[in-house]
Amino acid sequence: MVTVQGASPATRAVVTNHPRPPRTLRPGRPPKATGSRVTPWLFLVVPLAFLIVLTYVPVANMFWYSLTSWDGLEPEQEFVGIDNFVQIFTKPEIFQVFFVSLYYLVGAVAQLVLALYLATLLSFRTRFKNLFKGVIFFPYLINGVAIGLVFLYFLRPGGTLDALLAAVGVQDTPQWLGDPSFVNASLAATSVWRYMGLNFVLFLGAIQSVPSEQYEAADLDGANSWHKFRFIILPSIRRILGLSFILAIAGALSAFEMPYVMTGGANGSETFVIQTVNTAFKFSKVGLASAMAVVLLLIVLIITFVQRRVFPDEKGGES
Amino acid sequence: MTATADRPVSAATPEPRRALRRTRRGPKRPQGAAALTATTIKYASLIIASLFAVVPLATIFMLAFKTDREQRTTGPLTPPSNWFNFDNFVVAFDQGGMVTGFLNTAIILLVSVAGTILIGTMSAYALDRFRFRGRKLVMGLFLLATLVPSVTTQVATFQVVSALELFNTRGAAILLFMGTDIVAIYIFLQFMQSIPVSLDEAAMLDGANRFTIYWRIILPLLKPAVATVVIIKGIAIYNEFYIPFLYMPSQDLGVISTSLFRFMGPFGAQWQIIAAGTILVIIPTLVAFLFLQRYIYNGLTSGATK
Repeated sequence: MVTVQGASPATRAVVTNHPRPPRTLRPGRPPKATGSRVTPWLFLVVPLAFLIVLTYVPVANMFWYSLTSWDGLEPEQEFVGIDNFVQIFTKPEIFQVFFVSLYYLVGAVAQLVLALYLATLLSFRTRFKNLFKGVIFFPYLINGVAIGLVFLYFLRPGGTLDALLAAVGVQDTPQWLGDPSFVNASLAATSVWRYMGLNFVLFLGAIQSVPSEQYEAADLDGANSWHKFRFIILPSIRRILGLSFILAIAGALSAFEMPYVMTGGANGSETFVIQTVNTAFKFSKVGLASAMAVVLLLIVLIITFVQRRVFPDEKGGES
Repeated sequence: MTATADRPVSAATPEPRRALRRTRRGPKRPQGAAALTATTIKYASLIIASLFAVVPLATIFMLAFKTDREQRTTGPLTPPSNWFNFDNFVVAFDQGGMVTGFLNTAIILLVSVAGTILIGTMSAYALDRFRFRGRKLVMGLFLLATLVPSVTTQVATFQVVSALELFNTRGAAILLFMGTDIVAIYIFLQFMQSIPVSLDEAAMLDGANRFTIYWRIILPLLKPAVATVVIIKGIAIYNEFYIPFLYMPSQDLGVISTSLFRFMGPFGAQWQIIAAGTILVIIPTLVAFLFLQRYIYNGLTSGATK
């Protein structure tokens, strides 16, 4: 990412050690004061130290651990090559948790569709607009553990959901969290409840940044609501829609908090991240867990890369 | 906002306005029945969505006021017999470690937010106001780091935190919260580009050095961006579960998330206590939301689209 062909003059200068050409100052930038060569680094030393120690060192270590059979405690780390990766893709009990992700992926799509529908509705003139907006958005702000407990009560046998269903005549309800064939759908639905508000507010913000003249012009042309949605709203939120979609996929793959708080991974609700955390901290297989984390990291990087390709930043690379 | 700017909707005077609007709308939309159906569907959708959001919370709220017996005998949809029964809140506060939780969260939140602001503004100042060798490399390092989801690297971060001997201290959470927030740097960077450089130059002519410029001129002007970061960072830290759970397992170091998580053991069957604890955790969020709505919306928009 940093070393693509169009390398900056600055980096090239470092590498080849050319005398620096006189720099053309960008308009509106301060002239480089003489003797200030060290000053920026004084400002950067602490942030960079944190960045390296807390992000790059762990990532590098993780790649190294993933090639060992280390247990996290012993001083020696035995090199085992790609053994851990072979295990991940051949042992069904490790690999099958990816299927649990499918529930969260479906949930993520539903979440985006729902958010888009509600944001579109609210973008037209509406009574109590701010009230609706606030109520639909608020769940996103709530503490995850609190949401977990709220939905444990909501979904438990004889809980709120069962009571509501009984009120409309449905008596024979399944164990929403106890039955392996329902548990993942229930947890994915809880995640939708939690995160939908953010997408909704982001979409609404993007739609409302369209100048109102466009709608007025469309009115004059006799456009109906569907036309406005199709030709004004949709194009204006293309970028945020793409970004949300990618974030939702990455979020679905790394689902952790809701299932961990609510079921601890029981009844077949174990997700990839829960399994990674348990492998590392419960079963002390840091090597294998690192390999699993590497797999997840690579998947997320690939998805992000695709997103950057499909929805490039309009602003272009700032400097 | 823009769509309603010319006709503010006021809930105070609904009647004459509604009549007026209907006549006004008449000639513009000939398909009256269709429009009426559309309006009905629209409000029905919004009300159903709101109910979905509210009902799970409302039943927990009612539950928090019920007695143990009531909780066992009445259904979730029945309101409590006494709305002023605060016993459960007292138990949750006393025995549930909520005081410790709020205290630890407050300490971690204050220190990490202050640290994030200093680190973020310093990085942004250096990267925006200086041209130096390696600048692009540093930018690239920060950019690349945003792509690494922190949840994946905890396995290895854990070893780093252990090596720094910060395991089971508040330092672990503080360090991780302030050291890995690259989004804040981007928010500051973006805002700083709108602060005219002529201010720096004027100060420099007056003999101010770079540090004085950063501290006396840039930092005060960054206030709106600081507010944004305080809000999104504050919410994120208040709600964070994974990091304190992993790095601070000791009871005394419980933050509100982990304290509440531990409710499930001792209060397993006492749902009314769990409900009270949950409500105690949600109330500060609700208050913050009611007072800071606009800032929260704006902050999330600028934070999430980075």
